[in-house]
Amino acid sequence: MTFLAQSVTSIEAGPAIGLLTILVSAALTENILLTRFLGLCPFLAISRNLKSAFGMGLAVIVVTTCTVWLNSLLYQHVLKPAEAYGVPAESLKLILFIVVIAAFVQLLEMVIERISLKLYFALGIFLPLITVNCAILGAALFMVNKGFTGLDALMYGFGCGLGWFVAIVLMAGIRWKLRKARVPAALEGPGIALIVAGIMAMAFVIFTGMIKT
Amino acid sequence: MPDGMKNLTPRKAMLVQLWDENPIFRQVLGICSSLAVTNRLFNTLLMCAGLAWATSMSSLTASLLRNWIPQRVRIMVSVLIIAVYVIVVDIALRVFFAEVHKDIAAYVGLIVTNCIVLGRVEAFASKNKPLASLADGLGAALGYSFMLLAVATVREVLGFGTFCGLPISLGAVTLKDWMAAHNAQWVIMVMPPGAFFVLASMVWIVRAIAMRGQPAASEAKGGAA
Repeated sequence: MTFLAQSVTSIEAGPAIGLLTILVSAALTENILLTRFLGLCPFLAISRNLKSAFGMGLAVIVVTTCTVWLNSLLYQHVLKPAEAYGVPAESLKLILFIVVIAAFVQLLEMVIERISLKLYFALGIFLPLITVNCAILGAALFMVNKGFTGLDALMYGFGCGLGWFVAIVLMAGIRWKLRKARVPAALEGPGIALIVAGIMAMAFVIFTGMIKT
Repeated sequence: MPDGMKNLTPRKAMLVQLWDENPIFRQVLGICSSLAVTNRLFNTLLMCAGLAWATSMSSLTASLLRNWIPQRVRIMVSVLIIAVYVIVVDIALRVFFAEVHKDIAAYVGLIVTNCIVLGRVEAFASKNKPLASLADGLGAALGYSFMLLAVATVREVLGFGTFCGLPISLGAVTLKDWMAAHNAQWVIMVMPPGAFFVLASMVWIVRAIAMRGQPAASEAKGGAA
């Protein structure tokens, strides 16, 4: 998987280009779903219907962008400094991230319910599912691994969410067409979805050339 | 769903999870956090051991505490219980397998949101006796590990020509050297798409076996939950 590591080296190329690189690599070449397999359960379960896929994808973009940024701020300014006082930051970051994600999702649900009932019914059913979507927690953990802070982290979160959105919407479109196909009985449902996902992952590998090393 | 079943004996609870309700090929759940490490068998082995520990121990703990956890905060408490056991796994890996830990640390953390762990705690441990819950969790993790180890074996042998990092002997040469000489590595197996293809083939094979003799029923159970 050498191509996964390549994009990291080109980030110091100036602030604007750096941000763009982070966005493109997070959304395409290192697509969190197709290269890291995160968020695969909702991906397989919800991609049968284009409309739900769209809703779920949007919810993931919003939540990933906000929580990765929030988590990055809390990690940098609260947990890291506390390490000096003997707090095991590396172990506690896991609990911090989960609590932040769960709390944020709960809050967002309440806010959306107050602001727009229409949006609430469109996104509402997906929000509780998001707490256990590993793509959200995964994005936060990879953010720490890659050492992104501040704006970089915000962009990385947005890129991860965008990549997930693109993948699930494409998948839903393909599965819609697949209704007419004659799939072997044992391969129906998740089996064929996995094969389609594999072909999509191959297509996304091609984007690797877009990031200079 | 048979998930609502109560009062199973530990042995029965485990067997149900191993085959009848195998998390991966029956429900296609919980592959998220682990599929990424399946290009090396050894990493997969460690990951599965960590998952088995986290699933069985958090099922046991959640079952012991089931009458004390208030209904409203149950999910949050379950997640925190799981997180504690995952942190234990993380620390153990860091101490004993520092090299591997560097590669798979992020995925180990993701066991927390693995659908199987939370799923067993929610569906079974929250309403069953401790020992049955322990067996149920262990069964789910073993059924899951068995599939992932199979995927990892195929990927590593075809992609790298090694088995668990060890060379495979083909008489005079090792498989790895033979592959290098003939340019015969399946690069796709090492890359992410390979995982999808191998897993899909496994699901296909296992379902085809399970479906023998009941072709009419295939329609009803063809989809994920």
